[in-house]
Amino acid sequence: MTTKSPYFGALAEFDSAAAIFHACEKVRDKGFRKWDAHTPFPVHGLDRAMGLGSSKVPWIVLVLALLGGTGGFALQAWTSTEGYAMVISNKPLLSWQAFMPVTFELSVLLGAFGAVFGMWGVNRLPQWYHSVFRSQRFAKVTDDKFFISIESADPKFNPEATQAFLREIGATHVELLEH
Amino acid sequence: MTMETTASLNTTLEPVDRRAPLVLGNETFASVTNTVCAPAEIPLKRTPLVWYVCLAISLAMLSLLGVSVGWLFWEGVGIWGNNSPVYWAWDITNFVFWVGIGHAGTLISAVLFLFRQKWRTSINRFAEAMTIFAVMCALIFPGIHVGRVWTAYWLMPIPNQMSAWPNFRSPLLWDVFAVSTYATVSALFWYTGLLPDLATLRDRAKSTVAKVAYGIFSLGWRGSNRHWQNYEKAYQILAGLSTPLVLSVHTIVSFDFATSQLPGWHTTIFPPYFVAGAIFSGFAMVINLMIIARWIFKLENLVTIRHFENMAKIILLTGSLVGYAYGMEFFIAWYSGNPYETFAFQNRAFGPYAWAYWTMISCNVISPQLFWFKKIRTNLWALFIISVFVNIGMWFERFVIIVTSLHRDFLPSSWAYFRPTFWDVATFVGSWGLFFTMFCLFVRFLPMVAISEVKSVMPEADPHYGHGKH
Repeated sequence: MTTKSPYFGALAEFDSAAAIFHACEKVRDKGFRKWDAHTPFPVHGLDRAMGLGSSKVPWIVLVLALLGGTGGFALQAWTSTEGYAMVISNKPLLSWQAFMPVTFELSVLLGAFGAVFGMWGVNRLPQWYHSVFRSQRFAKVTDDKFFISIESADPKFNPEATQAFLREIGATHVELLEH
Repeated sequence: MTMETTASLNTTLEPVDRRAPLVLGNETFASVTNTVCAPAEIPLKRTPLVWYVCLAISLAMLSLLGVSVGWLFWEGVGIWGNNSPVYWAWDITNFVFWVGIGHAGTLISAVLFLFRQKWRTSINRFAEAMTIFAVMCALIFPGIHVGRVWTAYWLMPIPNQMSAWPNFRSPLLWDVFAVSTYATVSALFWYTGLLPDLATLRDRAKSTVAKVAYGIFSLGWRGSNRHWQNYEKAYQILAGLSTPLVLSVHTIVSFDFATSQLPGWHTTIFPPYFVAGAIFSGFAMVINLMIIARWIFKLENLVTIRHFENMAKIILLTGSLVGYAYGMEFFIAWYSGNPYETFAFQNRAFGPYAWAYWTMISCNVISPQLFWFKKIRTNLWALFIISVFVNIGMWFERFVIIVTSLHRDFLPSSWAYFRPTFWDVATFVGSWGLFFTMFCLFVRFLPMVAISEVKSVMPEADPHYGHGKH
């Protein structure tokens, strides 16, 4: 049984996209697992510098788009042949060609739901409280500062050593955060 | 410090050895944040008077919409000038006009994104807002034109006591799905783009109300790169979904006409011709709104002459496509040898509505041709005036297609002439009120430019900036 650390982890501040890019490579190479980078905009190539795998969002979109398409087609096929079978302009009840526009639109609609709400899901958003917000300096993350947070839950975390390491890789300011 | 650089640097030229910068005037990340957030951060008490004046005018127009729609619900569609055989007139003209306006926003946000046109970053937020507000205006008209508005829900496949279902073989029903999907996806796309910028406003907010409001809507965004990864993927997919979506929307709108058997409507050229026209009018509207907003909110370093020149080039291209389509319609009318088709087009150009036809031709075909001249493409006054002409022309295009095709159908005994009533005009003016009211609120409380996206196209955003070759 492990005792829970009083700290959430360490937060290090960097001044530029270049600085955080190289710092992330070093944190990754040091073997940390539970850590994150925080940037005002997506920094090109940072996923690889952090050693992240690929995103799950496309799979969610694929499943939902297929569901939207098949569901949309089924809705039209059922209502036209069973629910309310009316011969219009002497066309066959199952005039599948005429069902394509709505099938397409519903694939796109559900696909878009998958993209947006799937992204919320994998990102665990909305999450209005997070320990990084305890830092006063962290407000600059949406302006022009870059941060690395390493969680105390990471087996390699050590309050003193990790802070020293973050300074060594170029952080301009390092602090410990409570939960 | 910033203005001199802006004046001296001509970003409409692309040097051979490097790319012209997209952001001018030695802006830094922090100064971009400051510039874009400034209008949203003015304390309520110090809101500029000009904003209140604009909002008051917009709200007055919006209340005209309320009165017009209220009177319509009370009295019925008889208050409009629609007659037999002109059963569709300003209602559907306005609907197609507003949907078309929206298309440029999606083109800028989605298509230019997929083509990696980085210049789009400073205008896409604005153009997407325009899309959403235009689609809101558009949705009003099919909603209210049905006559018995309390049965408007019959458009949706909702189980009901009559055991009746909508007819999915009808293009009008396809349109219900296309436009409502378009409205929903555009709103989601816009909100997803806003997310990081709402977090910026949250982190800078001084008042508690602002902090809580922006805080709720920014969902607790903390710029995490693990989030950015999924975010960028989602954004890319939304762009990929929106691209065929926007093409499908105006295609399906054109099916409302093209699948009927009315001469003047029954043509296969309609889908591409409608899509080109939609982009044409939408870009003109972006130029009009952007010139005003850029001037009022001092966004000259972010929205440069290059942005306007690029948009003018797209207007020139799509305007020429539209002109080609007008010509091709006439050619086919003659070449088909179909007397009804030939008559419909002769009547269009030389019949009782010739004035509308030639207004359309002058505004849509002739005026954008001036954009062949770089001096005109880079002159804001000329851009503004020509864009107004394009919008007038595109409204008339829909009017010409709908009313001139309907007013003289197969039987001369049923011919008639459509004249708008006061309520036709009032409803249309009122829809502008809705559009402008939404815009006033948007420019006052939300970031007009995509802050995080603009930062990402600045040279300092490159992780290898200042390190030489990596």
